[in-house]
Amino acid sequence: MTVTRRQFLKVGAAVGGGLLVEIHAPGLARAGSAEAGGAFAPNAFLRIASDGITFICPEVEMGQGIHTGLAMLVAEELEVGLEAMRVVASPAARAYDNPENQLQLTGGSASVKAGFESMRLAGATARDMLRSAASRRWGVPFAECVASNGAIVHAATGKRATYGELADEAARSGVPRRPRIRTEGFRIIGKPLRRVDARPKIDGSGVFGIDVQLPGMLVAAVVRCPVPGGTVKGFDAAPVKAMPGIVDVVRIPSGVAVLARDTWSARNGADALRVTWDEGANAGLDSASLLASYRAAAAGEGKGVRSDGDVAKALAGAARRLEASYHAPFLAHATLEPQNATAHVTGGRCEVWAPTQAPGVAKEIARQITDLGSDEIVIHTTLVGGGFGRRLAQDYVAEAIWCAKAAGKPVKVAWSREDDFHHDVYRPAALHVMRGGLAADGAPVAWEHKVVTQSIMKQFAPDVVAATLPFWVPTGVKRTAGSVASFFMGRADDAAFEGADAVPYAVPNLSVRFIAQDPGVPVGFWRSVGHSHTAFAVESFVDELAHAAGKDPYLFRQALLTGAPRNRAVLDLAASKAGWRTPLPPGRFRGIAQHASFDSFAAAVVEVEVKGKAILPRRVVVALDCGLAVNPNLVAAQLEGSVVFGLGAALKQEITWKKGRVEQSNFNDFDLLRIDECPSIETHLVPGNGAPTGVGEPGVPPVAPALANAVFAATGQRLRSLPLRLSGA
Amino acid sequence: MIRFTLNGKPVQVDVPGRMPLLWVLRDVLGATGTKFGCGAGLCGACTVHLGGQAIRSCLTDVGSVEGQAVTTIEGLAKGKLHVLQEAWLELDVSQCGYCQPGQLMSAAALLEAKPHPTDAEIDEALSGNLCRCGTYPRIRAAVRRAAGTAG
Repeated sequence: MTVTRRQFLKVGAAVGGGLLVEIHAPGLARAGSAEAGGAFAPNAFLRIASDGITFICPEVEMGQGIHTGLAMLVAEELEVGLEAMRVVASPAARAYDNPENQLQLTGGSASVKAGFESMRLAGATARDMLRSAASRRWGVPFAECVASNGAIVHAATGKRATYGELADEAARSGVPRRPRIRTEGFRIIGKPLRRVDARPKIDGSGVFGIDVQLPGMLVAAVVRCPVPGGTVKGFDAAPVKAMPGIVDVVRIPSGVAVLARDTWSARNGADALRVTWDEGANAGLDSASLLASYRAAAAGEGKGVRSDGDVAKALAGAARRLEASYHAPFLAHATLEPQNATAHVTGGRCEVWAPTQAPGVAKEIARQITDLGSDEIVIHTTLVGGGFGRRLAQDYVAEAIWCAKAAGKPVKVAWSREDDFHHDVYRPAALHVMRGGLAADGAPVAWEHKVVTQSIMKQFAPDVVAATLPFWVPTGVKRTAGSVASFFMGRADDAAFEGADAVPYAVPNLSVRFIAQDPGVPVGFWRSVGHSHTAFAVESFVDELAHAAGKDPYLFRQALLTGAPRNRAVLDLAASKAGWRTPLPPGRFRGIAQHASFDSFAAAVVEVEVKGKAILPRRVVVALDCGLAVNPNLVAAQLEGSVVFGLGAALKQEITWKKGRVEQSNFNDFDLLRIDECPSIETHLVPGNGAPTGVGEPGVPPVAPALANAVFAATGQRLRSLPLRLSGA
Repeated sequence: MIRFTLNGKPVQVDVPGRMPLLWVLRDVLGATGTKFGCGAGLCGACTVHLGGQAIRSCLTDVGSVEGQAVTTIEGLAKGKLHVLQEAWLELDVSQCGYCQPGQLMSAAALLEAKPHPTDAEIDEALSGNLCRCGTYPRIRAAVRRAAGTAG
């Protein structure tokens, strides 16, 4: 956080020069420091003109509400209401890089955290430039020019000018060195305001990537090898080209694309296309043997990621020892809008419309494919029909650019739902092998955790690293840099074991090791990433230790969290709001879990009923400490969504492999939680004044273990494999 | 040539009768408010009204709607927003928003048939509409509010 101000000022200082080139990107409403219409663009994020204030949001809106959240931060200091701000998506340009990750990429629950200071400074800078303009116009001291509700006023003379009236002069004001920002007494921050993007989402007018239509546009359906990494041996285009609506059949690096006049014709052509494949090295992928190989690998030592005390000695001396292993499957993202992108590549220009979480990476991909320069590539981020990490991968963007290059016309690549399930970048499967030791009094004295899973960064790093390098660095150099980085990141990939290494419980002898496996499955970031499986293992195992010690699972955790007050506070809040100590109606049982992730702290209490083999969650109480909640309404929405997301995975979802292929194809065999399965959900926030921390993901990790712990309370069955399935009747 | 009415206006399309109504709406008529989610009637994103009934347009051949009245999300507001759309805004139901046209069309058909549905009836009527963002609690509350049964 300390670097944010400096980075912002660096951006601010560049505003008068190079940065404007970036915000003059074609396709964006023209924004300049002093343009003909009297508009004023004090920095890359704001454009103020007589027709209003436009906030060019650097982070991608995918449902999490970031357009609203960041606009509130700007409005707070700009001294306007949220309703005065028109929010648009930023183009792809380095000015919009997230200061936390140095990438124009929205993920990792980092947007509000990263923007908390820089967005307020953006608003404050503009405000002070407007005040300065008024001061000069009226010949009165700057300090007496007060910004209020979209105007500068001078009390002594009664003069008043709106921001629009001052915009032209403000554009010629110097950038203030250090604008003042509020540290308390917020007008807007902390209010449960309604989101700014709601209306186009309820009347059909919102334009998602899949809704993009361009004159002369073709639609492409791509036939890809069902085995990851497989390649095309041959295909018979002629019968497909003869079908109605088909324009062409072209080979692209990811498979064979059928180009047609409409989506239905493209799909029909793809279904009819016969392709022979070289299935390559992954043709034998098989979930059962993969799990067996993970079990075998667990005997190894891997790499130590945390070591406190002497676990071997403590286990040997423990009065009671427990051993358990937990398994989490591969998972698909299943964004409701299937992957798609539209591109138009002409001689010296590449334009892309995409529902992407990473416009900066999309631009780098476009550069690699077209060899065009930064000014010649334009990325339009559309509405995004769900992200959850899927749209950090830019495979579908690459396909659109390949197709558009081949066609010489605009092309929309449209994935089917089956494509989406078969060609995802999956949440990695993981095996957790744990051993614990209790002293005679039930206190845990030893904790050993081996995480056997796949590295995500190893696959992602090449493109991401390339996107962080300057645009002029030659592609070959970028690829090399990316490969080198991925090699090292694959060795020390904390996304694989995050959460496991940060166990907050007071156990004197504790060892966590990461045993990396690479079965060849394409993997990616899935909402809450490593925490999505490490929390299941850690919070199930601590529950097992509590029961073995004969202790209440809530009080057992509480006693071990003396050194972790924020973990303890959310645990206490969830337990208290759930009425942990009050009896439940007959047939209803509770489970509890807490887990910290993305600098926030979350806890959940799940109430469940079990009927036959059916696990029926009835009530979920979730508590979050995310520091200062910029918009409690949207934080609550994210928590509600996190519970639904977590329950869906815990109860219903797994991706399995057979003969190199994903066995699931559509929502019949990879179902989401449905409304009639959704429990009542109550969300509670720990009041906080500290800097904001993550919101979009931290609610997910505690859900599955709290549910599994409730099932144990209900049935005595300790379910150690996701999705949870009861045996017997 | 296949003729039907779309949101009260007569339209005619020169496409094969087997073409799903969803793709006629989106690719031929440019009405993109109706969404593609699964192509198999499993997710409800493509829900529209045919003669007042909620149907899945991805599984409906356009030839079968000849002469009938189709209403999509673009036609749900008649002059002013539908009471459900108002409730959706008041409770900030949408997150990514992709499934919401389908959710609204299913909910509107429910209220048309049952102006005061029970919670179980709301769940049942909307159980065919998936939401990956998890807006179900707010969808329930908004339908209740629109039905005038909000506690």
